[in-house]
Amino acid sequence: MTVLQTRSLTLAHARTPVIDGLDLDLPAGQVTVIIGPNGCGKSTLLSGLARVLAPRGGSVLLDGCALATMPTREVARRVGLLPQSAVAPDGLTVRDLVRYGRHPHQGLLRQWSRADAEAVDAALAAAGVEDLAERPLDTLSGGQRQRAWIAMVVAQDTPVVLLDEPTSALDLGHQIEVLDLVRSLAARGRTVVLVLHDLSSACRVADHLVALVDGQVVAAGAPGAVVNPGLVRRLYGVESVVVPDPTHGTPVVCPVGLAARTG
Amino acid sequence: MTFRTVVFRGLLPAGAVLALVVVASLAVGAGPVGPARALSVLVGGGDAEARFTVTRLRVPRTVVAIAVGIALGIAGALLQSVSRNPLAEPGLLGLSAGAAFAVVLVIAAGGSVATVGPHVAVIGAAVAGLLVLAAARMRGTGDDPVRLVLAGAALSGLLGATTSVLLLLDQRTADEVRFWTVGAVAGRDLSTLAGVAPALLLGLLLAVVASRALAALALGDDVAIGLGHRPRRVRAIAMLAVAFLVGAATAAAGPLAFVGLVVPFAARALVGPDIRHTLGICTLLGPAVVLLADVVSRLVARPYEMSLGVVTALIGAPVLVLVVRASRLPSL
Repeated sequence: MTVLQTRSLTLAHARTPVIDGLDLDLPAGQVTVIIGPNGCGKSTLLSGLARVLAPRGGSVLLDGCALATMPTREVARRVGLLPQSAVAPDGLTVRDLVRYGRHPHQGLLRQWSRADAEAVDAALAAAGVEDLAERPLDTLSGGQRQRAWIAMVVAQDTPVVLLDEPTSALDLGHQIEVLDLVRSLAARGRTVVLVLHDLSSACRVADHLVALVDGQVVAAGAPGAVVNPGLVRRLYGVESVVVPDPTHGTPVVCPVGLAARTG
Repeated sequence: MTFRTVVFRGLLPAGAVLALVVVASLAVGAGPVGPARALSVLVGGGDAEARFTVTRLRVPRTVVAIAVGIALGIAGALLQSVSRNPLAEPGLLGLSAGAAFAVVLVIAAGGSVATVGPHVAVIGAAVAGLLVLAAARMRGTGDDPVRLVLAGAALSGLLGATTSVLLLLDQRTADEVRFWTVGAVAGRDLSTLAGVAPALLLGLLLAVVASRALAALALGDDVAIGLGHRPRRVRAIAMLAVAFLVGAATAAAGPLAFVGLVVPFAARALVGPDIRHTLGICTLLGPAVVLLADVVSRLVARPYEMSLGVVTALIGAPVLVLVVRASRLPSL
């Protein structure tokens, strides 16, 4: 079953197409991680999935319906987005931030409700930031701040959650903190799609891996089935040994060196 | 920031300050009616001269100043939010100069101050706003806040000079608008307020409509889109609100600089960056700042009055220096 699909999707910045005619199915209720070298179109694809970037051609389908034809607020009730390195105004507290997640459920005539308050509390708890709720974001560590942003998306209460490099600039502990939170979202039945740089953490968190090169899918499937030295060479031009993680069994990539350039 | 803190840290102090300056505005003046005589009018007594001065002169100018203060305070907060620039201000960016220029132009073409409606000022403010934002390319997120102010200063200078030329060439226009172009609430009566009320109310209504989405835009356009907002439409509504408010304020009191800078700056210091809270506080602090400047304008050169526009500049310029010199500009 899939909730989110692309059909002949073409996305472009200015005139240059970054994604050209992409067909992709993102499995429901699972964690899909999009990987690929710098400039392969990972973030562009995520922007397209979140309708931040309008398709130049083709479409993104949500439950079979073209995203571009749906009212943006309706989409916001079903797809949550955390863009890369989002910034908040100075002095904004964690709870203030998480409350923004309820915007798609409110309007001029439908203001703050008890359901909104409950959703905010639940999101704070799910992201493990309830103790930090009254703290300004700029006083938090990178990992805490990132969990607060994810809490905002959780409060949005959408079946689909899109995260663009949520672990970039975080140290190992904070990365695991955030990735565990991602797993727990999927465990509660949400479809999570994220862009990650680090291949080993991608293998650890993903049910489904999508590898992009120049806007084209070169491999898709369970990490154990698709990650091998050939894929690593194709993605990054690096020779590697791929071994199973001693505790989790997921593939771990041990780089050997740059691959010899052939043609 | 909870509703409680907004009330205790923002609404109550700002309301108290406003109440004080309203009383001061009714009590003091450049003329012979001093606080004692004026206050006795307020409690129901007083002599005929004092009663006339308070009810016919000071009450109308106080009411007009309150309306102008609300308009400029809200317009400043909206403009700063839309441009993500803490220095954006209708006076500094040339919107007030645009409104004034439009009014002078229409008068030079044969109109009179009494018949030129606020819609002329609204159009002038809107055109000036579009020009200056286009000149400084407001959407580039990495933009230097000072650049927008430079573009505004250039536009203000150009419009101000052109306005002066029009006044030099045409004695009748000069007589009609001389006092008005430096900014004043003195001598304004309640019919002034009635004339600009529709533009003012429309501006406020649009501000309320846009406020929630504007608050979300502070998290960045991508986040706002993810939350179901449409950034371009929100900015357009907010800019329309700014044009109505600046047009109304300028039609009523002439171009006043710095009010739109000082008021949101103080409001943010009280209640933080959320535009919805800032706007609420601005409706109290805006009138307080304009009234305070007006009271000062009556006292510094007794028995004459100084121009209100001069006093707001004297209060506002140091605040501008303060904001620019702050170790880093607050990100909005």
